[in-house]
Amino acid sequence: MNTAIIKYNAGNIRSVLFALDRLGVQGTVTDDPEEIRSADKVIFPGVGEASTAMAYLRERGLDKLITSLEQPVLGICLGMQLLCKHSEENDTDCLGIFDVQVKRFQSPVENLLKIPQIGWNNVANLHSTIFEHVPENSYMYFVHSYYAALSPDTVAMANYVINYSAALQKDNFYAVQFHPEKSAEAGQHVLESFLKL
Amino acid sequence: MLTKRIIPCLDIKDGRTVKGVNFENIRDAGDPIELGALYAQQGADELVFLDITATNERRKTLSELVTRIARHVNIPFTVGGGISAVEDVYVLLQSGADKISVNTSAFKRPELVDELAREFGSQCIVLAIDTRFEGDDWYVYLNGGRVKTETKAYDWAKEAVNRGAGEILLTSMNNDGTKQGFALDITGRLSQNLNVPVIASGGAGTMEHFTDVFGQAQADAALAASIFHYKEIEIPTLKQYLYGKGVNIRF
Repeated sequence: MNTAIIKYNAGNIRSVLFALDRLGVQGTVTDDPEEIRSADKVIFPGVGEASTAMAYLRERGLDKLITSLEQPVLGICLGMQLLCKHSEENDTDCLGIFDVQVKRFQSPVENLLKIPQIGWNNVANLHSTIFEHVPENSYMYFVHSYYAALSPDTVAMANYVINYSAALQKDNFYAVQFHPEKSAEAGQHVLESFLKL
Repeated sequence: MLTKRIIPCLDIKDGRTVKGVNFENIRDAGDPIELGALYAQQGADELVFLDITATNERRKTLSELVTRIARHVNIPFTVGGGISAVEDVYVLLQSGADKISVNTSAFKRPELVDELAREFGSQCIVLAIDTRFEGDDWYVYLNGGRVKTETKAYDWAKEAVNRGAGEILLTSMNNDGTKQGFALDITGRLSQNLNVPVIASGGAGTMEHFTDVFGQAQADAALAASIFHYKEIEIPTLKQYLYGKGVNIRF
């Protein structure tokens, strides 16, 4: 099996590579369109800022490439947000696979809600093949200031003062807000199920 | 719901885990990767590795160590110790660290926090503060607790958060190594007045100390070293206990 990890100006790629390695899968980090298009699975990771990341993707034509992919694609964290329609982070138009708005967490009272959310939160209402081996309310590791709102494509929900999408799925596109590569066993199950699709 | 985090801290010297008691008298506590993977398996929520090696070789040794940790550990980890430049951070994050912590170098040149936050995002910048209560307030200490400053811990923490620090790792030197409990007052003051997570460190001796720091002081995470290294408290037992006390934690 051939797993491509999209290389762009966002961090965290090494961690994804190591997580795959722990599952006995060798990933290829690449921004080569042919290599990405011909992969069996594509992972679109990311930690970073939305507008900078989108600008980079557009410059290299990776935006059109990603939206045209037909094999299973997994967006992680910023990767998930970039697959949405629009992000409040520097008012950025994103890839639009999911018709979902990405908004910033707002603390209802000053300092009540710490932003970014950093840490382990439970995921509920799981209904996607990638959660096949993940028990309801398992904990996943999240690091983010922006969130994807709930939508018909929501396949997992989390709560940080409000309910939001912990995961989205539409056709061959899967996306998770948490970091499966850093979420201990629960996260490994998500990656494993994705790789088996 | 977001859980409180239990964070074992591994002090690293020349690639081995050590623990200073009151910042002195270092003892060997084993292989950092073996220990880190064991803690992850036992349910630790995160790990912190603090490099206290002082040789010229340290940079290369540290990035190699970070790569080995990232390969074996499936939970997030922070790396700190002697980081003073954007390039250092770039190398460590590229090697697989999730966050880095800065201490003395950031105090001496606060713009470093802005630069790091701009370059890598606040979420991976942890500001570590060593503090001691003296007379009327808690003051910042530098160089592993050897150099006193006239700056109050609260003021420095607030400034660093404004500059882009994403988390505060607060070590009370009065409490560190005593096993008499965390410094609840200063931890609480920071946690309740800053809009970033506060990791309490120094003084953990019993499981009740963790209940206190999460409850009374509202810390977001608690860090400890020797009680875990010497198996005085095991993480699964601690988590079970906290769960029983109504603390929101991860199993």
